Amino acid sequence: MYNFDFARPDTLQDAQAALRADDAQALGGGQTLIPTLKQRLAAPAILVSLTAIPELKGICLADDGRLCIGGATTHATVAREAAAHYPALAQLAGNIGDPAVRNRGTIGGSLANNDPSACYPAAVLASGATVITDRQEVAADDYFQGMFATALGEGEIITEVRFPVPQAANYQKFVQPASRFALVGVFVARFAHGVRVAVTGASEGGVFRWHKAEAALGDDFRAEALGDLAVEADGMIGDLHGTPEYRAHLVRVLTGRAVTAAA
Amino acid sequence: MNITLRVNGESHDLDLDPRVSLLDALRHHLHLTGTKKGCDHGQCGACTVLLNGRRINACLTLACMHDGDDITTIEGIGADGLTPLQQAFIEHDGFQCGYCTPGQICSAVGMAEELRQGWPSHVTDDLTADPELTRDEIAERMSGNLCRCSCYPGIVNAIRQSLGEQA
Repeated sequence: MYNFDFARPDTLQDAQAALRADDAQALGGGQTLIPTLKQRLAAPAILVSLTAIPELKGICLADDGRLCIGGATTHATVAREAAAHYPALAQLAGNIGDPAVRNRGTIGGSLANNDPSACYPAAVLASGATVITDRQEVAADDYFQGMFATALGEGEIITEVRFPVPQAANYQKFVQPASRFALVGVFVARFAHGVRVAVTGASEGGVFRWHKAEAALGDDFRAEALGDLAVEADGMIGDLHGTPEYRAHLVRVLTGRAVTAAA
Repeated sequence: MNITLRVNGESHDLDLDPRVSLLDALRHHLHLTGTKKGCDHGQCGACTVLLNGRRINACLTLACMHDGDDITTIEGIGADGLTPLQQAFIEHDGFQCGYCTPGQICSAVGMAEELRQGWPSHVTDDLTADPELTRDEIAERMSGNLCRCSCYPGIVNAIRQSLGEQA
């Protein structure tokens, strides 16, 4: 690691102040950032840990029925405490990495990083959730802006994520067995006003919505309704784990499985 | 940075570079070498310790993030004689070279507490009922701890036996 200063504020105000420094970097659970620092792929001047701020942690149900999850809430907490309100989201959280990772990794950290193979972006986009920061509220459709790119500005902190709870939902992840990241993951959410389908792990542009599938499933929420719909292999990720064509095929297969499991 | 770590019930005041991982703080500064460094990237689980009772990878966290926290390492488990879990690892050949064993034991202790609190896992069918301790259930719950000697059958048997004794 390159050298850095370290701060662990216990209020949001102190965290905001610390993050105004040049080359300051927010630190969530550190399950991605710390390996990145070890490989010297990042060189912040100061790391600002967000793990000691109580107001960033926890889960609650808002008056409008939306599920609110604090930015520094761990995957393990979501897996446990969201189960009664939004089972598909809880199951997704309970299958990220492994138990030790889930005890540290946070939803805010995952969304700020926006890894193209991370699970949470699929849930946030398919749910039409709102990402709330210390400066703004961003709709999921505007938040994800490509691989590792988001609507967050310098030093901006994700304080909360608000999920509308769908009538039915399911997440299907085809696991890359060594890393347990999604080789492809598809989150399908059915609302009264329509169906949303979000795909992670597949595209070089990061998480995306499969609009054609949404339209087909909006009329008929069965896997058969997908018919011969397919996503283009062009623009899909190709690496030693799978070709773009393979990933495009998985998108179709996993969407069908998610619909069947949700229905 | 000046921090205080409470390790196995004993407080330690340390002056550490912010870059020191919790794992290196334990091994190099407190000379508690029971916690092993395998991959140092959070993939193998050899460095699993308990942080305020929850299992984590000590390599994936900085010591300075844990001022005032309670850490339990393998040195703090069975210090006054082997626990039933440790005894079961011996009876069931839950190891060969033993390098992953401290992490396996710490992880299994954390897992037992998660089970006791009714946490579901990804392979639990009914999220609201108490999970059954099937082989799949334990394999999923221990999936963060790799064993290159591949002693998984022994590890699973040892954990099942120890949980059965407690249940």
